[in-house]
Amino acid sequence: MTSARTYNMVVLVKQVPDTHNITGDVMKEDGTVNRSALPAIFNPEDLNALEMALQVREQYGGQVTVMTMGPPSAAEVLREALYRGADKVLLLTDRRFAGADTLATSYTLKCAVEKLGKFDLVFCGRQAIDGDTAQVGPQIAEKLGIPQITYAESVVSLEGDEMVAQRAFPLGREWVKCKLPCLLTVVASANRPRPPSARKQIECKLAATPLEYRALLTKWPEFESEEKLDAFLAERKLKIPVWTADDLGADLDRLGLAGSPTQVYKVNFVVLETTESKQIPANPEGIAALIQELVKEYVVG
Amino acid sequence: MANDRDVWVFIEQGEGRIADASLELLAKGQELAQKLDSQVCGLLCGYQVKEMADQVIHHGADRVLLADHPELELYRTLPYARVASDLARERRPCIFLLGATPIGRDLAPRVASAIRCGLTADCTDLQIGDYESKKDKQVYPNLLYQIRPAFGGNIIATIVNPHTRPQMATVREGVMRRAEPDTARKGVIEKIEPHFDERDLALQVLSRETRESTVNLKGAPVVVAGGAGLGSQENFELVRELAHILGGEVGASRAAVDAGLVSREHQVGQTGVTVRPRLYIAAGISGAVQHRAGMSESSKIIAINTDPNAPIFQIAHYKIVGDVDKVLPMMIKALREKTK
Repeated sequence: MTSARTYNMVVLVKQVPDTHNITGDVMKEDGTVNRSALPAIFNPEDLNALEMALQVREQYGGQVTVMTMGPPSAAEVLREALYRGADKVLLLTDRRFAGADTLATSYTLKCAVEKLGKFDLVFCGRQAIDGDTAQVGPQIAEKLGIPQITYAESVVSLEGDEMVAQRAFPLGREWVKCKLPCLLTVVASANRPRPPSARKQIECKLAATPLEYRALLTKWPEFESEEKLDAFLAERKLKIPVWTADDLGADLDRLGLAGSPTQVYKVNFVVLETTESKQIPANPEGIAALIQELVKEYVVG
Repeated sequence: MANDRDVWVFIEQGEGRIADASLELLAKGQELAQKLDSQVCGLLCGYQVKEMADQVIHHGADRVLLADHPELELYRTLPYARVASDLARERRPCIFLLGATPIGRDLAPRVASAIRCGLTADCTDLQIGDYESKKDKQVYPNLLYQIRPAFGGNIIATIVNPHTRPQMATVREGVMRRAEPDTARKGVIEKIEPHFDERDLALQVLSRETRESTVNLKGAPVVVAGGAGLGSQENFELVRELAHILGGEVGASRAAVDAGLVSREHQVGQTGVTVRPRLYIAAGISGAVQHRAGMSESSKIIAINTDPNAPIFQIAHYKIVGDVDKVLPMMIKALREKTK
């Protein structure tokens, strides 16, 4: 018999602009992005990461903490994580985190994971749809000095400090065994994320960071003051903690813009246009003439 | 001699052959090295892969760093990252390129983090040029311009790493052209003795299952691609039939793949494969910029769509406004009659 053991899990998530549904008014004339025209969503593969952690909790026991780094408004994805079943959530926000590339981001998140205390498993989505880099997960694993299992599709088994996981590639699969702690980046094919629970949505509706108190007071003036609201939320475990660079004890030179070796030199709007084009009537004669032309020009053999 | 202007290319190999992405990078690396007046160095890791070192030279390397070790037989992140990080930290080449393959995208960030270097993912072009930093008003000559689509493919960003070396990037498969091997090319093979500790071997591969791709989009002279506009499996069969008659390959938009009309291997575009065939037929594809990014360099493009304002028409040489389920059978018929 193996002794019963539960697992401390951290899920790292990101709020992203919904780049998969970009419409005309999002791209401005000068090629810049009108971010405000895009809805902010829970990064899709981060939902798969959260789901994987929740399933491990259900099967083996443990605690799931969800963390995000972003502006104060990123608290929205943390509430969503609570609705889906996270035990604890936490916001990392600080102007000094801003402008971070993947190296600075991974340093910030590494500091936060370490500050949380003992952990067994870290889950991230494979990549975020606003950058598609898939770099932050492996970079955090390296900084924590733990193995990484990228493209994770399932946790096959957990026994004591040993895990077997399945990885998925475009042309194959792989099964790996690894000692904990380790970090997994989770792919979309891993699972179907559960929807938010209606019960939790009611229970956690008021969950908020102190940065949101002022706005909440205008909505619920009956709380009278930020102090009273804070006491109310803290008592019900609905206060979302906020950590800044000072809380992390981080090396300021490695955060945000200062800690980012990559710089954006320029950005071009994608203009793909052809100069010569022909309209072909969608009737048998038009199509037959087109095919003849292609044959004549040796495009079709 | 190795120097700090060197261009390194990670040579990905498996099942006895070098990955296409690596061969493509050797050719691009050679072009960059000539501009920098330096040399190309291939980093080849594996077990009993010595005979591949010559191929690396034939495809454009001046030097091969050969790490041949039983622990490197099957790719695993940690031992490979150990070799690459130790070498890059010690020698600090100017540029370090990896294919944006599942392996390259797993290894590169681990190495970049270990040696604290900037890394750009999924580049579609690389150039050498000067950069004037707005931060410190200094001009940095001969930097690597790392060019990649961003924000869902709606913009193209040029990224630079002025301060850290190497300048690291992963590069999309299929966008660079590989060179014909030159068997007369000579180069130096330098053996590397890797040192692993227990932590490098913390992960074990229990088993691995791979299948051969049955889809060869990259090499196809003709690609007939279907989109969500086809609506049904039945209509998608028309795409397959037309591709078959033309001796081409079946492509698809992300929407068609997501709708389950065809497997993901067929996806063309920013998150799929980049193609540049002689003829590209886009059937029922609206042409989101993500898709166009993967096929806009095709020699001739025929677009069929019911919506005359579909963005695909902006890059089409032949525009057919109509229903795909009517137009495709007309094309099939016209081609059949031609070959009679």
